[in-house]
Amino acid sequence: MNAYLSILVSRFQILLQYRAAAAAGVVTQVFWGVVRAMIFDAFYRSSAGPQPLTHDQAIAYIWLGQAMLLLTLLSVDADVAAMIRNGSVAYEMTRPLDLYSLWFVRALSGRAAPLLMRSIPIFGIAGIFFGLTAPASLNAGGLFLLSALIGLLTAAALIALLTISLLWTVSGEGVSRLAPGAIFVFSGIIVPLPLLPGWVQRIAEVLPFRGLIDTPFRIYLGDLHGAKAVTAILLQLAWLGALIVWGKVALARGVRRLVVQGG
Amino acid sequence: MIWNSLRLYFRYAGISFRSQMEYRASFLIRSLAQFTVTGVEFLGLVALFQRFGHIDGWTLPQVGLFYGMVSVAFATAEAIPRGFDVFPNLIKSGDFDRILIRPRSPALQILGQEFQLMRVGRFVQGMLILLWSASRLGIDWTLSSITLVVLAILGGVCLFSGLFVFGAALCFWTIESIEIVNCLTYGGVETAQFPLSIYRPWFRSFFTFVVPLATINYFPAQAILNPDGASSGYLIAWLSPLAGLAFLLVCLQFWRIGVRHYTSTGS
Repeated sequence: MNAYLSILVSRFQILLQYRAAAAAGVVTQVFWGVVRAMIFDAFYRSSAGPQPLTHDQAIAYIWLGQAMLLLTLLSVDADVAAMIRNGSVAYEMTRPLDLYSLWFVRALSGRAAPLLMRSIPIFGIAGIFFGLTAPASLNAGGLFLLSALIGLLTAAALIALLTISLLWTVSGEGVSRLAPGAIFVFSGIIVPLPLLPGWVQRIAEVLPFRGLIDTPFRIYLGDLHGAKAVTAILLQLAWLGALIVWGKVALARGVRRLVVQGG
Repeated sequence: MIWNSLRLYFRYAGISFRSQMEYRASFLIRSLAQFTVTGVEFLGLVALFQRFGHIDGWTLPQVGLFYGMVSVAFATAEAIPRGFDVFPNLIKSGDFDRILIRPRSPALQILGQEFQLMRVGRFVQGMLILLWSASRLGIDWTLSSITLVVLAILGGVCLFSGLFVFGAALCFWTIESIEIVNCLTYGGVETAQFPLSIYRPWFRSFFTFVVPLATINYFPAQAILNPDGASSGYLIAWLSPLAGLAFLLVCLQFWRIGVRHYTSTGS
């Protein structure tokens, strides 16, 4: 366990050095948020009818999405992808470590460090200048942090699965390129899930992707509270467990058929 | 001279084309991925229109016209001057030196670095939406309005190419790639997918006078949607795509200043 923890910490520290990239990310995401907020402003002033989210909730949802965008951009760690491609993955397998845990921890630190560096400034900027409201209650704030942490772990589990899919496709094409479309829709990053048509929401509800950002955001906004919030978090946990088991089984099968070319 | 340059460019493009076709499955998957990612984005838009009905009085097919025009223009601009987009790598590695010693203009050689075929995904998606909107708008498509759409798209290709050239030219000073320029390119596309009139005034002014996005999208589309509008609006609509070309020329001039300023990293 200690080995994984120290990998996590050291990778995390390395990634914290990329401050210029984080600053650029913050500027880009704030710009994006300003544009999207204006678009939603315009939609909300065009229709007087009641909506599943109030205008302020929708704007807050958008800014939360900008702050935590990285949870929906699930790309395989370039180093690991290169290892699978050029065969040095064989060295990874000789280490006295569980390969799945190793990749999971790498994916986790790969998301966590940049996420922290981007989300904290964006929370501040959006809160001060652009109308990101505070959590609905203290309780909602606490549950939001818990749910966002599970969202982060879910992102790592999904990245681990995408990494494992490379054992079959090698070139890095295929699943890892086609998955983003589904993740974008069903996580709620394109349009907040509560604003989608009912039948799309029902599909989204049973998929793991809403656990990335939609569940934490709705808890934050107070849209999910009480027993509903608890159920949503339990569902997040169930999916997290399922994705990890799925990843471990797939990896075991992938390793069995893996042929590393010598050279 | 110009014909010779064109011929050289087409040879470059042909080589790039063939090399990408060597990986046919990869090309197909990448294009398909781009098609789906931009496609689901539009479906999100459809869902919002279902819920809200309209945006400041604009209907979905009207917004689709804006969306389609800018998507087609951007996809083309991403495919052709792709070399400028990846230019920072040339600076960092020092490979730009090799380009400078060849007896051809550096801009032409950078342009020929890569013709990115996978952009066909976004192109097709944008084209489908453009055609769908055009058929749903219930307006008479005359030769002149079709010409205006084509001119606006060409102006857009110039404008976005200009932004890529501008981003590349900045690297002469910074060495690093400047991600902030992405706000103007990708952010510009996102912005222009809607009529500019829905945004705040300061934002509209920026995308009219600094980066003239309005001229290749908003003015022409508006003239097409309101054929009975004031004749001055019509004149602006026809002249405005030229602003895209002017923007590209300014950016190319900036690029030339950058080339003169260039000192190799030596690596």
